[in-house]
Amino acid sequence: MYSRTYRLLVALPPILWVALFLLLPYLLMFLHSFWTVRDGAIVHHWNFDNYATLFKNPLYVEVLFRTARIASGVTMLSVFLGYPLAYFLSFHGGPRKELFYQLVIVPLWVSYLVRGYAWKTILGSDGVLNGFLQYLHITHGPVSALLYSPFAVVLMLTHIYTPFVFLPIYASLEHIPRPLIEASQDLGAAPRKTFFRVILPLSLPGLLAGATFAFVLSLGDFLAPLLVGGPSGTMIANLVQSLFGAAYDWPLGAAISVFILVITLALLALTQRVEKRWSFE
Amino acid sequence: MIRASSIAAPSISDSLVPGATLLEVRAVSKRFGAREVLKTLSLDIAAGEFLTLLGESGSGKTTLLRLIAGFEQPTAGEIWMHGTRLDKLPPYKRRVNTVFQQYALFPHLNVNENVAYGLHAANTAKAEIATRVSDALAMVRMREYAAAKPTKLSGGQQQRVALARALVNRPQLLLLDEPLSALDANLRKEMQSELKSLQREVGITFLFVTHDQEEAMALSDRIALLRNGTVEQVASPREIYARPATAYTAQFIGQTNLLRAIIRNGVADCGAFQFASTQADGSALFSLRPEAISLASHVSQSQENPAQYSDFVHFTAHIRQQIYSGATELLELETSAGAILRARISSGAPLSGSHEFTFSSKEVIPVRD
Repeated sequence: MYSRTYRLLVALPPILWVALFLLLPYLLMFLHSFWTVRDGAIVHHWNFDNYATLFKNPLYVEVLFRTARIASGVTMLSVFLGYPLAYFLSFHGGPRKELFYQLVIVPLWVSYLVRGYAWKTILGSDGVLNGFLQYLHITHGPVSALLYSPFAVVLMLTHIYTPFVFLPIYASLEHIPRPLIEASQDLGAAPRKTFFRVILPLSLPGLLAGATFAFVLSLGDFLAPLLVGGPSGTMIANLVQSLFGAAYDWPLGAAISVFILVITLALLALTQRVEKRWSFE
Repeated sequence: MIRASSIAAPSISDSLVPGATLLEVRAVSKRFGAREVLKTLSLDIAAGEFLTLLGESGSGKTTLLRLIAGFEQPTAGEIWMHGTRLDKLPPYKRRVNTVFQQYALFPHLNVNENVAYGLHAANTAKAEIATRVSDALAMVRMREYAAAKPTKLSGGQQQRVALARALVNRPQLLLLDEPLSALDANLRKEMQSELKSLQREVGITFLFVTHDQEEAMALSDRIALLRNGTVEQVASPREIYARPATAYTAQFIGQTNLLRAIIRNGVADCGAFQFASTQADGSALFSLRPEAISLASHVSQSQENPAQYSDFVHFTAHIRQQIYSGATELLELETSAGAILRARISSGAPLSGSHEFTFSSKEVIPVRD
């Protein structure tokens, strides 16, 4: 057995780390969300006005809904791209399975910022896509709507998060014992039925994990709207950033952060429960 | 114990005359890359019989089963079942069901839903599904587990569910891929006898794969012994044991002594002794089961008919080893010519030194190499 002192010493660094960089900031954020700004200074006047503003001010409501829409769009698109990709690789990958797998993963090694700037050069007025469209005489001038729009944000986030969605789905598909698929066919189920009654249900935990990844990460993203979103593509994290920065309204920023945190945690708890219900180990 | 009434109720159009050919494997070959697993193999399976594919690993028995189920396509040859060509059909259109080696029960469905899976796939009416599933579960004594998830069941219980799931569809042919190999020895024996009586009651043709020759002997109407992708011999257990066609069969099924002899004018000479043979002159190979050899002292007392006694061949051998196994014991003998023979005699006193042994020349079976 280890001595009490030893165990305490070993546990101390992680406890300090969690307390200092996780619990304390959360506590500060939580406290701030109930304070207020008066004459350019934060005063400890307890109230719920910040939360009221969040739900009443049309600007915040609109951005909140847009953020939810963008996150949902990204989730759906990356699932629709990631699932077939994972399915194809898992069942028809053949001898080059490993190579294909690596190819899907490679973009994860490239900096997020670099990929963001790449989309700027693709979607911009002088960008690759506009040039190509004009070359084909599909458009006769640069289409400015491509960049600086919610569409651009969804595109960029989908590109970034599809591998994240792909990974858990692929893992869950690889996990399905192949005799189960043979058993389904053996019992008279055609491929479509086999997919919906065996493969899809058994890959649901992976699909759920991937979708949660994509949704939660896009919900809190602020770089993509900053790079390619423009004013019409602003998301909730951008508001938080400006409230903590130029606007100097930490209490309101904290209230929004708490709100997003609660949504995220609720979502994670929910998916964890559903995943447990659907796992068969 | 086992009730099978509702399972064995095929409609008129399905009725197969017992003994008529149900499945024909016609000159089927299967190649995986450069490896030829099946070599122009042909085999007929009669309706209602319990046929076992017996062979070592790599003999092609599982591959043949997978070809019949439809999980693999033959490289050459055809498979016909009851007048229709089978090998061109996808697995879900074949009236064949499989009991998989690891059972392959769907982990996300309970026992009831697992058994109902095939009937659902066939769009069977709800009420009929309910009664047939319940009957099938009763047949394998698993009705009280209908709501359980397969992961909560023991190996033997999963085995029963897998059987019910396959039989509930009333297949024309049931394929069983080493279904008992994952069970421990006791349960295995118990399931063997259940499987056999179940097959008799439902009257469905069983094609059973195993590498265990005792299991094959205990269960089968006929055994097809596979070797390197070809059929070595097809016969009933009694016949394949008593009349092995080849040296391989004789050695694979049971134990045997292989005797190489030179035949001249109806007498086979293998050095230590001679016996009468109807084989043509030249070199030939014979199989002599260990239990056909007896101590001469035992035989002379029991044999009263001298005419019959004339068939007996006598030889003297030194006992090298005596392995006791209860009712019988195995003797390892060395003849004066240096040949090693094994004899199985009923247990008696410990023996040593040289003794006279005897066997009837009728027990010596000519076999091909």
